[in-house]
Amino acid sequence: MKKLTSLLEWPVLIFCTATVCFFLGVIITDLVGKGWSALSWEFITSRPADGMTKGGILPAILGTVLITLITALFAVPFGICCAVYLNEYAKDTWLTRLIRACIRNLSGVPSIIYGLFGLALFVQGLRLGTSVLSAGLTLGLLSLPYVITTTEEALRRIPASMREAALGVGATQFESIRDVVLPSALPGILTGVVLTLSRAAGETAPILFTGAAFYINGTSGYLNQEFMALPYHLYMLSTQHQAIEEVRPLAYGTALILLMVIFLLNLTAFYIRYKHRNDD
Amino acid sequence: MKTLARERYDRLFKLLFRTTGLMVIAILGGIFLMLLWNTIAFFLHVNPWDFITGTQWNPSGSSASYGILPLVVSTSLVTLGAMLIAVPLGIGTAAFISEYAGRRLKNILKPTIEMLAAVPSVAIGFLGIVIVGPGIAKLTGQSNGLNALNGAILLAVMALPTIITVAEDAINAVPKSYREASYGVGANRWQTLIRVTIPAAAPGIIAAVMLGVGRAIGETMTVLMATGNVSAFPKGFFDSVRTMTATIAIEMGEVPYQTTHYFALFAIASVLFIMTLVANIVGEYFVNRFRKYHAA
Repeated sequence: MKKLTSLLEWPVLIFCTATVCFFLGVIITDLVGKGWSALSWEFITSRPADGMTKGGILPAILGTVLITLITALFAVPFGICCAVYLNEYAKDTWLTRLIRACIRNLSGVPSIIYGLFGLALFVQGLRLGTSVLSAGLTLGLLSLPYVITTTEEALRRIPASMREAALGVGATQFESIRDVVLPSALPGILTGVVLTLSRAAGETAPILFTGAAFYINGTSGYLNQEFMALPYHLYMLSTQHQAIEEVRPLAYGTALILLMVIFLLNLTAFYIRYKHRNDD
Repeated sequence: MKTLARERYDRLFKLLFRTTGLMVIAILGGIFLMLLWNTIAFFLHVNPWDFITGTQWNPSGSSASYGILPLVVSTSLVTLGAMLIAVPLGIGTAAFISEYAGRRLKNILKPTIEMLAAVPSVAIGFLGIVIVGPGIAKLTGQSNGLNALNGAILLAVMALPTIITVAEDAINAVPKSYREASYGVGANRWQTLIRVTIPAAAPGIIAAVMLGVGRAIGETMTVLMATGNVSAFPKGFFDSVRTMTATIAIEMGEVPYQTTHYFALFAIASVLFIMTLVANIVGEYFVNRFRKYHAA
């Protein structure tokens, strides 16, 4: 019996691990293998043409960049301030515990519910309409718990002695945070922010009803207009287009570009983290 | 004078930081109130009992019926399938990374799993259409292979990184002395893993599974693209299904503002919210229990 189990142990565990790696392998090889031929300079620099069957995806790329910027402008300062409060100021009271519980719950709320909330709050409540701004703010809300959690983790790694040293030479608490704590936690915060934004850039469900459009006339860039985005474009091309088989290469190209954008952001985050690890 | 200004800044920023903290409560409260408000508006038109026990979701028919049961069963079916695939794979991988892999292999495997977590759901849904779908169709002789099984496979891929990361933390946190005691009485590495380490890490592993369940229930794009979206009562894994998330995604774009149908979609969202909340709270309970248990 003992012999049999020790014969099984490696195959079973390696099978599990290999299957998980195999999933990632399939995703990458299939998208690269079939999407590569669709990629060209023209594909990323021109507008869609002939009812989406030809041309490129420039507006979708720009739209994704634009909403990710809005997401960052909203979620990053907000999230960092909240993390600073929780880690530097808050004592262990019921209120602090309530805030933490809210953050944990927010990170578990399904993205489609953020979509509904964005629709109710930004599109209808604040009358921003279906627009880049509504969608960006909705993604900002979705990203907020992740920014807070990762920032707090980065802040927690800063030793108390550094704060005490700053306070000891006469800095106020705010000055110690601004000049000592935040700069030393910056690499950790940046890693978390980049990872969060890469998630936000790939989200589709929250922008379904808050402003994403299949096709827009003219260039995007106005905050109060609908916009095209890479994930939404991929969804429409692969399920809603009237000539699905014909546009499949374009869908593959879009998927590959989306994956490349997101992996690039992730690699940036890994690089920051790796470099920072070598610092100390 | 200068000190006075600095102190004023200090107080001002403290206030600002605290306000952002309170805003977080307001956001969750806002989501909660929005769901509650619209759900109550829905229940003014439709009997709650009919909503919960109704077996037909057909809001656009001449006599509209708003039964959520087929949607809940669809979501549960797809989630169950996803867990049947992801839980054994996830625990096995977590055990391998934490107990068997060397340092260098670990440094490759961990980023691999982070990369898998980073793949957008819409890209996984797309692969469900172009790879998994045709694969299932070939095996079963169906026309397109867009069914619950397809959704379950994709959701398993989406939930795996969560399950692996949390389960690996749990296995890692089991004190070394447990293993040494097991080796000391003559057990080999496999027996130690199965009989000692995994049982000791059980609360953490349950937490991992529950967090994975939470992710799978709330996932929208993959199931929207890959499960076929037929809102009939599902009979098995080879039927097309339509989950709660997919129903909201499909119908929200088309309904007129503040009609019964519009409110009905918020009522679905409330049920979805409660289901993910329960999964996450149970998961968190076990995470905390695990922490206390090993701190003692």
